[in-house]
Amino acid sequence: MKDVREALMVGRNTEGKLVRRPLSPHLQAYNMMQMSSATSIFHRATGIALGAGTLLLTAWLVSAAAGDEAFSVVQALLASWIGVLVLMGFTFALFYHFCNGIRHLFWDTGRGFELEAMHRNGRMVIAGAVVLTVAFWIVGFLVW
Amino acid sequence: MNKDSAPSIDIMRSQLGRARGLGAAKSGLHHWWTQRVTAMALLPLSLYFVLSVLMLAGAGRAQMAAYIGEPWNTVLFLCLIAALFSHLSLGMQVVIEDYVRSDAKRMVTLLVVKGGIVVLALACAVSVLKLAF
Repeated sequence: MKDVREALMVGRNTEGKLVRRPLSPHLQAYNMMQMSSATSIFHRATGIALGAGTLLLTAWLVSAAAGDEAFSVVQALLASWIGVLVLMGFTFALFYHFCNGIRHLFWDTGRGFELEAMHRNGRMVIAGAVVLTVAFWIVGFLVW
Repeated sequence: MNKDSAPSIDIMRSQLGRARGLGAAKSGLHHWWTQRVTAMALLPLSLYFVLSVLMLAGAGRAQMAAYIGEPWNTVLFLCLIAALFSHLSLGMQVVIEDYVRSDAKRMVTLLVVKGGIVVLALACAVSVLKLAF
Protein backbone atom coordinates (compact mmCIF):
# COMPACT_ATOMS: atom_id res chain seq x y z
CA MET A 1 0.00 0.00 0.00
CA LYS A 2 1.75 3.11 -1.25
CA ASP A 3 -0.82 5.62 -0.20
CA VAL A 4 -3.10 5.84 2.83
CA ARG A 5 -5.97 6.66 0.49
CA GLU A 6 -5.66 3.12 -0.86
CA ALA A 7 -7.09 1.93 2.45
CA LEU A 8 -10.42 3.45 1.48
CA MET A 9 -10.32 1.73 -1.89
CA VAL A 10 -10.46 -1.82 -0.59
CA GLY A 11 -13.70 -3.57 0.29
CA ARG A 12 -15.20 -7.03 0.46
CA ASN A 13 -17.42 -8.52 -2.20
CA THR A 14 -20.45 -10.71 -1.44
CA GLU A 15 -18.18 -13.75 -1.04
CA GLY A 16 -16.11 -11.98 1.58
CA LYS A 17 -13.10 -11.70 -0.71
CA LEU A 18 -11.06 -8.48 -0.57
CA VAL A 19 -11.45 -6.47 -3.77
CA ARG A 20 -10.43 -3.03 -4.97
CA ARG A 21 -13.39 -0.71 -5.25
CA PRO A 22 -13.81 1.22 -8.51
CA LEU A 23 -13.07 4.95 -8.18
CA SER A 24 -16.50 5.87 -9.46
CA PRO A 25 -19.30 3.46 -10.19
CA HIS A 26 -18.60 1.99 -13.60
CA LEU A 27 -21.20 1.07 -16.18
CA GLN A 28 -21.71 -2.45 -14.86
CA ALA A 29 -23.06 -1.02 -11.60
CA TYR A 30 -26.19 0.28 -13.30
CA ASN A 31 -29.28 -1.08 -14.91
CA MET A 32 -28.68 0.77 -18.14
CA MET A 33 -32.27 0.57 -19.33
CA GLN A 34 -33.49 2.76 -16.46
CA MET A 35 -34.38 6.32 -17.38
CA SER A 36 -32.29 7.70 -14.51
CA SER A 37 -29.00 5.95 -15.26
CA ALA A 38 -29.45 5.71 -19.04
CA THR A 39 -29.93 9.46 -19.50
CA SER A 40 -27.02 10.17 -17.17
CA ILE A 41 -24.61 7.75 -18.86
CA PHE A 42 -25.66 9.04 -22.27
CA HIS A 43 -25.08 12.63 -21.11
CA ARG A 44 -21.48 11.80 -20.28
CA ALA A 45 -21.01 9.74 -23.45
CA THR A 46 -22.34 12.53 -25.66
CA GLY A 47 -20.14 15.02 -23.79
CA ILE A 48 -17.05 12.99 -24.62
CA ALA A 49 -18.23 12.51 -28.22
CA LEU A 50 -18.75 16.25 -28.58
CA GLY A 51 -15.24 16.74 -27.21
CA ALA A 52 -13.97 14.60 -30.08
CA GLY A 53 -16.25 16.61 -32.37
CA THR A 54 -14.36 19.80 -31.52
CA LEU A 55 -11.56 18.32 -33.66
CA LEU A 56 -13.90 18.65 -36.66
CA LEU A 57 -14.83 22.19 -35.65
CA THR A 58 -11.13 23.02 -35.41
CA ALA A 59 -10.40 21.38 -38.78
CA TRP A 60 -13.24 23.38 -40.35
CA LEU A 61 -12.08 26.75 -38.97
CA VAL A 62 -8.33 26.20 -39.38
CA SER A 63 -8.69 24.97 -42.97
CA ALA A 64 -10.84 27.99 -43.80
CA ALA A 65 -8.15 30.24 -42.37
CA ALA A 66 -5.40 28.31 -44.17
CA GLY A 67 -6.71 28.66 -47.71
CA ASP A 68 -8.94 27.39 -50.52
CA GLU A 69 -7.07 24.15 -51.03
CA ALA A 70 -7.24 22.99 -47.39
CA PHE A 71 -10.83 24.15 -47.10
CA SER A 72 -11.99 22.19 -50.14
CA VAL A 73 -10.40 19.03 -48.71
CA VAL A 74 -12.25 19.41 -45.39
CA GLN A 75 -15.44 20.42 -47.19
CA ALA A 76 -15.28 17.31 -49.39
CA LEU A 77 -14.61 15.10 -46.37
CA LEU A 78 -17.58 16.49 -44.45
CA ALA A 79 -19.85 16.23 -47.51
CA SER A 80 -18.96 12.58 -48.20
CA TRP A 81 -21.51 9.99 -47.04
CA ILE A 82 -19.32 8.98 -44.10
CA GLY A 83 -18.81 12.65 -43.21
CA VAL A 84 -22.56 13.25 -43.25
CA LEU A 85 -23.11 10.15 -41.13
CA VAL A 86 -20.57 11.37 -38.57
CA LEU A 87 -22.12 14.85 -38.60
CA MET A 88 -25.56 13.30 -38.03
CA GLY A 89 -24.15 11.55 -34.97
CA PHE A 90 -22.63 14.77 -33.73
CA THR A 91 -25.83 16.79 -34.20
CA PHE A 92 -27.78 14.19 -32.24
CA ALA A 93 -25.11 14.21 -29.51
CA LEU A 94 -25.20 18.01 -29.45
CA PHE A 95 -29.00 18.23 -29.20
CA TYR A 96 -29.15 15.48 -26.59
CA HIS A 97 -26.45 17.12 -24.44
CA PHE A 98 -28.22 20.47 -24.97
CA CYS A 99 -31.64 19.16 -23.85
CA ASN A 100 -30.34 17.06 -20.99
CA GLY A 101 -28.11 19.98 -19.97
CA ILE A 102 -31.26 22.09 -19.55
CA ARG A 103 -32.65 19.21 -17.45
CA HIS A 104 -29.54 19.32 -15.25
CA LEU A 105 -29.81 23.10 -14.83
CA PHE A 106 -33.47 22.62 -13.91
CA TRP A 107 -32.45 20.01 -11.34
CA ASP A 108 -29.93 22.53 -9.97
CA THR A 109 -32.90 24.66 -8.91
CA GLY A 110 -33.99 21.74 -6.73
CA ARG A 111 -36.98 20.71 -8.83
CA GLY A 112 -37.93 17.75 -10.99
CA PHE A 113 -36.42 15.00 -8.86
CA GLU A 114 -39.61 13.05 -8.14
CA LEU A 115 -39.54 9.69 -9.88
CA GLU A 116 -42.55 10.50 -12.00
CA ALA A 117 -41.23 13.93 -12.99
CA MET A 118 -37.79 12.48 -13.69
CA HIS A 119 -39.27 9.89 -16.05
CA ARG A 120 -41.36 12.53 -17.75
CA ASN A 121 -38.55 15.05 -18.25
CA GLY A 122 -36.27 12.22 -19.38
CA ARG A 123 -38.72 11.31 -22.12
CA MET A 124 -39.00 15.00 -23.03
CA VAL A 125 -35.22 15.22 -23.39
CA ILE A 126 -35.04 12.20 -25.72
CA ALA A 127 -38.00 13.39 -27.78
CA GLY A 128 -36.55 16.90 -27.96
CA ALA A 129 -33.18 15.64 -29.14
CA VAL A 130 -34.74 13.46 -31.85
CA VAL A 131 -37.07 16.23 -33.07
CA LEU A 132 -34.27 18.83 -33.17
CA THR A 133 -31.92 16.47 -35.00
CA VAL A 134 -34.53 15.54 -37.63
CA ALA A 135 -35.50 19.20 -38.05
CA PHE A 136 -31.85 20.19 -38.44
CA TRP A 137 -31.24 17.68 -41.20
CA ILE A 138 -34.47 18.45 -43.04
CA VAL A 139 -33.52 22.12 -43.11
CA GLY A 140 -29.91 21.18 -43.81
CA PHE A 141 -30.75 19.13 -46.91
CA LEU A 142 -33.17 21.81 -48.12
CA VAL A 143 -30.64 24.65 -47.97
CA TRP A 144 -27.63 22.56 -49.04
CA MET B 1 -6.77 26.13 16.57
CA ASN B 2 -7.98 25.71 20.13
CA LYS B 3 -10.26 22.75 19.63
CA ASP B 4 -11.15 22.16 23.28
CA SER B 5 -12.58 25.55 24.20
CA ALA B 6 -16.28 26.28 23.75
CA PRO B 7 -18.11 27.21 21.55
CA SER B 8 -17.74 24.41 19.08
CA ILE B 9 -19.43 23.29 15.90
CA ASP B 10 -19.81 19.85 14.46
CA ILE B 11 -18.30 19.46 11.05
CA MET B 12 -19.20 16.77 8.58
CA ARG B 13 -15.74 15.33 8.44
CA SER B 14 -14.53 12.23 10.20
CA GLN B 15 -11.71 12.35 12.73
CA LEU B 16 -9.93 9.76 10.64
CA GLY B 17 -10.25 11.98 7.59
CA ARG B 18 -8.82 14.91 9.54
CA ALA B 19 -5.92 12.89 10.85
CA ARG B 20 -5.06 11.70 7.36
CA GLY B 21 -5.41 15.15 5.87
CA LEU B 22 -8.08 14.01 3.46
CA GLY B 23 -10.75 16.54 2.82
CA ALA B 24 -12.22 18.84 0.25
CA ALA B 25 -9.74 19.91 -2.41
CA LYS B 26 -11.07 23.48 -1.87
CA SER B 27 -11.75 24.23 -5.50
CA GLY B 28 -14.86 22.08 -5.96
CA LEU B 29 -17.42 24.88 -5.86
CA HIS B 30 -15.52 27.00 -8.36
CA HIS B 31 -15.36 24.04 -10.73
CA TRP B 32 -19.06 23.27 -10.27
CA TRP B 33 -20.11 26.89 -10.72
CA THR B 34 -17.91 27.51 -13.77
CA GLN B 35 -19.37 24.41 -15.40
CA ARG B 36 -22.89 25.82 -14.84
CA VAL B 37 -21.96 29.30 -16.07
CA THR B 38 -20.39 27.95 -19.26
CA ALA B 39 -23.38 25.62 -19.71
CA MET B 40 -25.78 28.56 -19.49
CA ALA B 41 -23.65 30.58 -21.91
CA LEU B 42 -23.63 27.65 -24.33
CA LEU B 43 -27.43 27.42 -24.49
CA PRO B 44 -27.82 30.47 -26.76
CA LEU B 45 -24.33 30.17 -28.26
CA SER B 46 -24.76 26.58 -29.44
CA LEU B 47 -28.12 27.43 -31.04
CA TYR B 48 -26.40 30.35 -32.76
CA PHE B 49 -23.66 27.98 -33.94
CA VAL B 50 -26.19 25.46 -35.29
CA LEU B 51 -28.00 28.23 -37.21
CA SER B 52 -24.66 29.52 -38.54
CA VAL B 53 -23.72 26.05 -39.76
CA LEU B 54 -27.09 25.72 -41.51
CA MET B 55 -26.60 29.10 -43.19
CA LEU B 56 -23.09 28.13 -44.27
CA ALA B 57 -23.99 24.63 -45.51
CA GLY B 58 -22.20 24.14 -48.83
CA ALA B 59 -20.81 27.67 -48.72
CA GLY B 60 -17.42 28.44 -50.19
CA ARG B 61 -14.50 29.80 -48.24
CA ALA B 62 -15.12 33.40 -49.33
CA GLN B 63 -18.73 33.25 -48.18
CA MET B 64 -17.70 31.75 -44.85
CA ALA B 65 -15.00 34.40 -44.36
CA ALA B 66 -17.53 37.13 -45.12
CA TYR B 67 -19.97 35.68 -42.56
CA ILE B 68 -17.43 35.21 -39.79
CA GLY B 69 -15.92 38.61 -40.64
CA GLU B 70 -19.12 40.41 -39.63
CA PRO B 71 -18.16 42.02 -36.30
CA TRP B 72 -21.01 40.43 -34.32
CA ASN B 73 -20.35 37.04 -35.79
CA THR B 74 -16.65 37.33 -34.95
CA VAL B 75 -17.53 38.21 -31.36
CA LEU B 76 -20.12 35.44 -31.02
CA PHE B 77 -17.78 32.84 -32.50
CA LEU B 78 -15.05 33.88 -30.05
CA CYS B 79 -17.56 33.69 -27.17
CA LEU B 80 -18.64 30.26 -28.38
CA ILE B 81 -15.03 29.05 -28.57
CA ALA B 82 -14.25 30.35 -25.07
CA ALA B 83 -17.37 28.85 -23.46
CA LEU B 84 -17.23 25.59 -25.40
CA PHE B 85 -13.61 24.73 -24.69
CA SER B 86 -13.69 25.73 -21.03
CA HIS B 87 -16.86 23.64 -20.56
CA LEU B 88 -15.15 20.75 -22.35
CA SER B 89 -12.05 21.11 -20.20
CA LEU B 90 -14.07 20.99 -16.96
CA GLY B 91 -16.13 18.05 -18.19
CA MET B 92 -13.14 16.02 -19.32
CA GLN B 93 -11.46 16.73 -15.97
CA VAL B 94 -14.38 15.16 -14.13
CA VAL B 95 -14.38 12.10 -16.40
CA ILE B 96 -10.63 11.59 -16.00
CA GLU B 97 -10.73 12.07 -12.23
CA ASP B 98 -13.57 9.55 -12.04
CA TYR B 99 -11.84 6.74 -13.86
CA VAL B 100 -8.06 7.13 -13.74
CA ARG B 101 -6.90 5.74 -10.44
CA SER B 102 -3.15 6.16 -10.22
CA ASP B 103 -2.04 9.66 -9.22
CA ALA B 104 0.77 9.84 -11.76
CA LYS B 105 -1.35 8.60 -14.66
CA ARG B 106 -4.17 10.91 -13.66
CA MET B 107 -1.94 13.96 -13.61
CA VAL B 108 -0.33 13.13 -16.95
CA THR B 109 -3.73 12.45 -18.55
CA LEU B 110 -5.15 15.70 -17.17
CA LEU B 111 -2.16 17.71 -18.38
CA VAL B 112 -2.25 16.19 -21.87
CA VAL B 113 -6.02 16.49 -22.32
CA LYS B 114 -6.30 20.00 -20.86
CA GLY B 115 -3.22 21.15 -22.77
CA GLY B 116 -4.65 19.74 -25.99
CA ILE B 117 -7.93 21.55 -25.36
CA VAL B 118 -6.10 24.87 -24.91
CA VAL B 119 -4.28 24.30 -28.22
CA LEU B 120 -7.55 23.49 -30.03
CA ALA B 121 -9.24 26.54 -28.52
CA LEU B 122 -6.40 28.83 -29.61
CA ALA B 123 -6.33 27.27 -33.09
CA CYS B 124 -10.07 27.98 -33.46
CA ALA B 125 -9.83 31.52 -32.08
CA VAL B 126 -6.83 32.45 -34.24
CA SER B 127 -8.56 30.99 -37.32
CA VAL B 128 -11.68 33.04 -36.64
CA LEU B 129 -9.57 36.18 -36.23
CA LYS B 130 -7.62 35.41 -39.39
CA LEU B 131 -10.86 34.97 -41.33
CA ALA B 132 -12.18 38.24 -39.89
CA PHE B 133 -9.12 40.45 -40.49
